[in-house]
Order: sequence, then C-alpha cells, then structure tokens
Amino acid sequence: MSTAAIEMPPKGGFSFDLCKRNKMLAAKGLKQPSFLKTGTTIVGLIFKDGVILGADTRATAGPIVADKNCEKIHYMAPNIYCCGAGTAADTEAVTDMVSSQLKLHRYHTGRESRVVTALSLLKSHLFSYQGHVSAALVLGGVDVTGPHLHTIYPHGSTDTLPYATMGSGSLAAMAVFESKYREGLSRDEGVNLVAEAICSGIFNDLGSGSNVDICVITQGNQEYLRNHLLPNPRTYISEKGYSFSKKTEVLLTKITPLREMVDVIEGGDAMEE
Amino acid sequence: MNSVDSKPATSSLIGSEADSQRTLYPYVTGTSVVGIKYKDGILLAADMGGSYGSTLRYKSVERLKPVGKHSLIGGSGEISDFQEIMRYLDDLILSDNMWDDGNSLGPKEVHNYLTRIMYNRRNKFNPLWNSLVLGGVKNGQKYLGTVNMIGVHYEDNHVATGFGNHLARPLLRDEWHENLTFEEGVILLEKCMRVLLYRDRSAVNKLQIAKITEEGVTISPPYALKTFWNFSAFENPTLGAEGSW
Repeated sequence: MSTAAIEMPPKGGFSFDLCKRNKMLAAKGLKQPSFLKTGTTIVGLIFKDGVILGADTRATAGPIVADKNCEKIHYMAPNIYCCGAGTAADTEAVTDMVSSQLKLHRYHTGRESRVVTALSLLKSHLFSYQGHVSAALVLGGVDVTGPHLHTIYPHGSTDTLPYATMGSGSLAAMAVFESKYREGLSRDEGVNLVAEAICSGIFNDLGSGSNVDICVITQGNQEYLRNHLLPNPRTYISEKGYSFSKKTEVLLTKITPLREMVDVIEGGDAMEE
Repeated sequence: MNSVDSKPATSSLIGSEADSQRTLYPYVTGTSVVGIKYKDGILLAADMGGSYGSTLRYKSVERLKPVGKHSLIGGSGEISDFQEIMRYLDDLILSDNMWDDGNSLGPKEVHNYLTRIMYNRRNKFNPLWNSLVLGGVKNGQKYLGTVNMIGVHYEDNHVATGFGNHLARPLLRDEWHENLTFEEGVILLEKCMRVLLYRDRSAVNKLQIAKITEEGVTISPPYALKTFWNFSAFENPTLGAEGSW
C-alpha cells in the first residue's frame, strides 16, 4: 500500500491556508485592507400576487462611498432574484455561482427552478465556509408552489418570512414594515411600502444611500425596476457648464481614428494539430 | 495571598478602594425611552421593565418621573444610577424652592444641570450609566432634550434612547410634524413602542405614557399594547419549503 498522500484535485474557492498567518500579522499591528462592503438596506415582502424585493444602491469601503449606484438585486433564475448585503465580492460570487448551478439544474430536470433549491444551495455553501463568506441575503421568487421569501445569514441559517430586512439599515426598514405591513397588499401598495422602507434606510442609516432599486416577481413575470426612485439628485449643477479660462486658445481640433491592432489574414495557415 | 497568581490584581477585594466604587458595567437596566413635542407640550413613553442581564427581573419599574413644576425625566440604562440622579434632582429642586423667590427651574436649566453631572462623572471615569430624556414646558416654551453617559447632549423635536434611536427615530422623522394633537401624539408613540416591543429583546409589554403641559404633569397608569401575530406565513412557514425553517 502506498504511504504517499493521494493527489486531490484543487477544490477551488476559499482556501484557509493563510488565515493563521494573517492573524499573526494583525496581532503584530499590520493594517488589514478593508473590503468593499455594501453597508446596505435590503428588504423583501410577499404581497397578494408574489414577491417584491428592494435595495439601496450605495457600496462603501470603510468611510468612503465606493460606488454610488451599484446593483444589489442579483439574478438567480427568471423567477428568482436575490438581494445581497455584506462583502460585495462574496454576495456577487455566491449568487453567480448558485445561478449557474440552477441553470444546469434546469437543463437537467427540464423544469422551472424552485426557490427552495436556491435556498438549499446557498445555505449549504455558506455553512461549509463557517461564516467566512460574509454574505447576508434576501432571496425571493415565485415558483409552482407559490411565492416564497427567505433570509440567509452568513453562517448558513435561514428564515422564511412574510417580510424581511437585512443589512445595516435593516432596523430602520423593519420599523417601517412592522408598523405598516398587512397581508394581501396590492402591487402598487407593496411597491410603495418597499420604497418607503428603503428610503427609511437611505435617510437614517449612514451605510445606505443613493437610489432605490425594486424587483417585482409574480407568476410567470418579473419586472426589474432599476433606480425606481432617485431621492438623492445632485443639488447644485452649474448651468453654465464648464468653460475654459480666457488664456486657453484652441489651436486645432483633429480626430485620429485608432489603427486596427489586429491584422486579420484571410486564408492563413490552419493551426497545427 | 498572591503566591500562585502572578497577574496584577484585578478583583475589587485586592484593588484600591476607589476601584470598587466605580460603575464598570450596568447590572439592572431599563431599555428605550421615546419622547416627542406636540401641540400643548411634551409626551414621553417608556416601558416598565428592569432587566438583570438577559433576565426580565423587574416588571414595574417607573422610568418616567416629574422634576419640579416644569419638567419630566425619562431614564434608560442602569436603574440604580437613575435613582441616584433622582436624588441629585430632588436636592436641586429643594434648594431652588428654598430661595422662595417666585422663580423655578425650567426644563432647559435642569437639562443643563444633568449634562454637567454626566460629563463630569465621565471625566472621572466613574459614569452614571444612563441615557436620559428631559422634557418640559415653561412660559409656553416647549423643550425636549437628551443626555447620555458620556455627556453627549442635544435637543430636538423628537428624541429616543438606546434601541429607540434605530427603530423609533426613522418613524418619527417620517411622521412627526408641528402641532400634533394629544391623540395623534399618543398614536405615534404607541406605534414606536409597538415596533420596539416586536424587535427589542429587553422590551416588556407594560408601558406608561407621560404628558407635560403648562398645566402640569400626568403620568398614565401602566397598560399593554395590542400585538398582531396572525400572519398566515407565521402559521405554516415551511409550506412549499419542506426541510427549511
């Protein structure tokens, strides 16, 4: 019997190898790079005909706003969308990954994806990384069994709720939901309530800001309302536009088209086998 | 005594006398207080819970108290420190009455006095572990202010302490307006207290609402809020999602 270890193919994804070294360096005083977090207010609610998801659009890197208009509502399947809070890279990567897995699953089964499938894939992935994948998600969709709304925490636990909020602005948004949510809301009432909750997060939480994105999912239909509300326009824009100082003389305006870098040779040699 | 343990003494038995007298952590705490200005004066709301860590130990703690003729105070945080503050305020009002000059301390003056006490204690590293709301009316002028254990103080049309800042202030910013009637003010405060009851683990469903106007102070008897738990999604949360919870 061979005593050498069996060669395992690299599994990909998170490698815990450097954690010990990072911890040692941090203890010695090394400043860790701050990651791009999405601060965030994300919400979801179930209304009469389906699910409405909402999110703000501010991405922060520490105290700085890194992206004023990012997209936090991620596509999972034609009938399932997912809002993400926490580390931006983690939410993007994990929702992309599960979205691909769902597509393959759809090809395999020939059926529309179910929300519980996405839920199970996400929660088992997050649990196996023991909370190091910092993604807090609000997953919503409508499938053959009806409308569903779930929250998923970074450590892998989930909740099934009629209305949910996540992110740093979740308390401000939840205050709005707890005082105004009723069952059987119409589409417009639902959209207005979601917008109100996100605005509550935008104006009362420093980690959330800019605009409101909304996604309405119903049986067989979805509407992605990007920048549904823009409550933070630039207030002062100079009407004059930008004018060059008088000393600047425009001598010549010439536009040079860039030369094509690639020369396509017709009928060149075929690649060697 | 320290032959085995070579670490520096940290317990109050071995440390200096002064150390054992400081407030290092709160023990019995009250949760949020919410206050708003309305047409005729100020409305404050607070529940009657005194938590001992994660146990709801005392359920009849009065956290709203009148101060002199013109003010109302609401206290959250360490209950024993709040009682000490009431003693300071009683002495203050007594001294003021002894002048017998027809003047009486208004809410602005009391708020300033409290701020000085809190800030000075903080500077001595021996804080009174409270966040206070001070409201009142004097000569038609309404005043609502807050001060906390590090001495941060400000006045506003609506204030809240603790969790109230996160859950009640957003609602108040949206729905408060000048010239609320008494009924509208109570409805607004109850809305805030209900959200706090749902979402703050140290809240109890037994609250008091206190009103102060030019005429005087009224503190309501304790009562409970109606809550709603009958969402169909709560009845069978895993319908269509077997295996999850």
